[in-house]
Amino acid sequence: MSSSIAKSSQPPIEIMRRPGRIQLTYWQGVRRRLSRDPISMVCAGILVLMIAAAIFAPWVAPMDPYKTSMLQRLQPIGTAGHLLGTDELGRDMLSRLIYGGRVSLLMGLLPIAIATLIGSAFGIVAGFFGGKTNMVIMRITDVFFAFPSVLLAVGLAGALGAGLVNCLVSLAVVFTRAITRVAESATTQIRNHDFVEAARATGASAPRIIVGHVLTNVSSLILTYASSLISVSIVLASGLSFLGLGIAPPTADWGLMLNSLRQSIFIAPVNAVMPGIMILIASVCFNLLSDGLRTAMEVKP
Amino acid sequence: MTAARPGPENRPSPPLLDVRELSVRFFLGGTALGAVSGVDFQLALGETLCLLGESGAGKTVTMRALIRLLPPTAQIAGHIMLDGIDVMGLDANGLQAVRGTKVSMIFQDPLTAMDPVFTIGSQIAETVVCHDGLSYSAARVRALELLDLVQIPSARRRLDAYPHELSGGLRQRAMIALALSCRPKLLLADEPTTALDATVQIQILLLLRELQRELGMATIFVTHDLGVACEVADRVAVMYAGRFVETGTITEVIDSPRHPYTIGLLGSTVHAGTHNGLLTPIPGAPPDLSDMPPGCAFAPRCPRVVPVCNERMPELVEFEAGRQARCPRITETEIA
Amino acid sequence: MNSASATAERRARSLSGPGNRVEEDRPVLSVHELKKYFRLSGGPFGAARGYVQAVDGVNFSVSKGETLGVVGESGCGKSTTARLLIRLIKPDQGRILLDGQDVDGPNGISVRALRHQVQMVFQDSYASLNPRHTAAEEVSFGLSAQGVARFEARRRANEVLDLVGLEPRVFADRYPHELSGGQRQRVNIARALALNPRVLILDEAVSSLDKSVEAQVLNLLIDIKKRLGLTYVFISHDLNVVQFVSDRVLVMYLGKVVEIGPVEKVYRSTGHPYTRALIESRLSMDPRRRIAAPPVAGDLPSPINPPSGCRFRTRCPIVEPICGIQEPPLEVVGDDPLHVAACHALAPRSGHSLAPARISQTSSLSGA
Repeated sequence: MSSSIAKSSQPPIEIMRRPGRIQLTYWQGVRRRLSRDPISMVCAGILVLMIAAAIFAPWVAPMDPYKTSMLQRLQPIGTAGHLLGTDELGRDMLSRLIYGGRVSLLMGLLPIAIATLIGSAFGIVAGFFGGKTNMVIMRITDVFFAFPSVLLAVGLAGALGAGLVNCLVSLAVVFTRAITRVAESATTQIRNHDFVEAARATGASAPRIIVGHVLTNVSSLILTYASSLISVSIVLASGLSFLGLGIAPPTADWGLMLNSLRQSIFIAPVNAVMPGIMILIASVCFNLLSDGLRTAMEVKP
Repeated sequence: MTAARPGPENRPSPPLLDVRELSVRFFLGGTALGAVSGVDFQLALGETLCLLGESGAGKTVTMRALIRLLPPTAQIAGHIMLDGIDVMGLDANGLQAVRGTKVSMIFQDPLTAMDPVFTIGSQIAETVVCHDGLSYSAARVRALELLDLVQIPSARRRLDAYPHELSGGLRQRAMIALALSCRPKLLLADEPTTALDATVQIQILLLLRELQRELGMATIFVTHDLGVACEVADRVAVMYAGRFVETGTITEVIDSPRHPYTIGLLGSTVHAGTHNGLLTPIPGAPPDLSDMPPGCAFAPRCPRVVPVCNERMPELVEFEAGRQARCPRITETEIA
Repeated sequence: MNSASATAERRARSLSGPGNRVEEDRPVLSVHELKKYFRLSGGPFGAARGYVQAVDGVNFSVSKGETLGVVGESGCGKSTTARLLIRLIKPDQGRILLDGQDVDGPNGISVRALRHQVQMVFQDSYASLNPRHTAAEEVSFGLSAQGVARFEARRRANEVLDLVGLEPRVFADRYPHELSGGQRQRVNIARALALNPRVLILDEAVSSLDKSVEAQVLNLLIDIKKRLGLTYVFISHDLNVVQFVSDRVLVMYLGKVVEIGPVEKVYRSTGHPYTRALIESRLSMDPRRRIAAPPVAGDLPSPINPPSGCRFRTRCPIVEPICGIQEPPLEVVGDDPLHVAACHALAPRSGHSLAPARISQTSSLSGA
């Protein structure tokens, strides 16, 4: 009887797999493809350097970022003792840039991390349960969407007052709404697939299905989108600091530095744009890395 | 190389379509995938050829290669003569002149094959205006004639309908009308009834048969369904892994199949006579085109395999007039 | 007079649902007056624009160990019925009974308990398996969700994969994109079998497979059914496949049951004009005996506004005025009380010109 039931007649495992190929999980495949992309690797390298410098700033920075010197104001690049010159109060530019990275990069990454957690939770719940739950969550999100992001950030920061934490909060709110939408739409797509129905049919509870089936499929979409927002967050945070709604001086922060160097733009233009260049490099690297991540995630092994 | 088959009038006429050594390769990320290899056939006016095979057999790719409707990653090689025109030598303008006029195609899913923002009347009229140079109002009259030809009820009202407003069967008829608008000599049909319900499918198949008779077109049908082949085909070419494995008239192939794949296909098709038994399926699965075995592509699944099958690809041999098969064992008298 | 009461009893029994004989085999699954309408929103504030009458008063039962085939074309409600049976969708009206007990009823069993006994095999679309799960993970998910320990769930998954012909050593750790269509469908079947159900609902389980693979999977399904003593509800649009696997057949049209009966009776002595049209629409396998004219004209009406009375009347070859006025009840076809069809031409004194004059002279349409 078994002979006519055609056991799936595949040759044994040794022949089936191409020689040298080991079984990869999805994330291992993503990592492997990402590591083969030169642009992503270069950007990742630069970012790692920046972040490491920021974390180990006390050991990496050559001088004290707060030490002013009226005699050494706006020194150009290459001045003895100041590799990148000094700012308008005579503080070492390189050290301030390194210390500034702490705040600016933090303001880029942390709001996104928070927004991803909260936004995904809302979006997945809205997408999975549909109906009234979906309506309530998404309409509230729509209310937040009614405001342009910069305006919303400025408004919230203004209402909460300046300071690191308030800035973080307002940025997190701005990005949560976008991630909620992306998570909801991704979940709605997955929700109707047969394998989710099959999981329901086996009697699995909703949290079980969300964790076991939905999350594994939407996480790549959400992560790709979230990573593309990091650069926006850096720029937005710098903008808030520029407007005086973020960190207060004399803390080093790239946006703040742009503001305070603004008046010197005709006198020492190179010095004035240096913080802007750092913002640019960080944003571009995050963007390119995010692109690379998306490509790596899309391809099936 | 088969001689030109006589047309239905039994008078030798030059074939409308003459295909020799057609092969299609896809280039994906540096590697080449051979989708179709060494396809030869001829088709006369009024004849219907069915390309029969399962998924991955290369039948759709073959058909699309005839009018070079393939993505840029595809490389077509070979010789295609259509009504005296060398299709491989045409430039973009030449291709555009041929498509829609000499040869037309109908697709499996009319909803995606027609533009959703234009009414079917305007889509048909647009084709007529573009190819035949008629005025728009004359083209609309022709569109109405065509809708009547494909037996769409209330045709005048339907001229102004959008594709999504029509039911599946009506949409398919509209697509057929669109394809016939410039009186093509060759009609290519890519699984046109697969997505339709049974009662509608038979209507469309009979319509196509009737139209083909009336207008004297040559038709190529791509299908995986043996029943469709039995209903519409004069000749059938069974494809497996990009090659023809058996050809002949439909009656000959159904009555006395020679290639083990064809035999297996007939044995595993569920039809009215198979109740209360077990089917005899073909073991294994269709091959992965990127990982083909040396020798005959069907050898891993073949019940009659012998060592020579794994050494090299068998030739397509004409063992009777108009009958070909690609198997070294067909010349044996007994079917072991 | 004796014959009148005997035939009246016969009619009453047949009309209460085939296979529902009280003293004999109690049906495993039975369905009474099942209704499901889908709202079409589109008016202001999402008000209902209309209702799709997907399933409109369906009655049938499934006996232990049989295969009930369900056929129909698009819009007939067979997929919706499948999902109602396993309670993936909640019915608007009607009851589902498992072993005679109401599902989700006041004194009956819970939906959760239903799902221990009734499982579903889906059509092999690419989305029938989670692309991020291996075969073993997918099959064991249901078990883990029920609280089974991971090791045990994995062991059971391997056991079931072996049962469907996929050697666990080779296939357990493969992802769906590394499997062929037939293999994916076997995983689908394994997933359904993992929880040891008694009833399998197969919704177009072989429809998207190549013909050679379809035959393999059909053989597998038949083998498993015998080995495990299962009961099948086999839904398909392909009449040949349904005839091949089924013991009894149910034909649906636009949300209604139009015919039920033993498979040979339905296919050979057809009662309903629609069933006959479906059967005659099957493509012939003989090129010398091609179909000359389409058995039925026109397209399926929209399920939003189905025709009044008998829903098939807009395409029926023997339509008469009574058909538009009154919905036909299920009437016995021929002399087998288990074979019924909903057609006025079978109902005595219905007003249809072909209807028999007296109850004892019911006859099928095959001779008409």
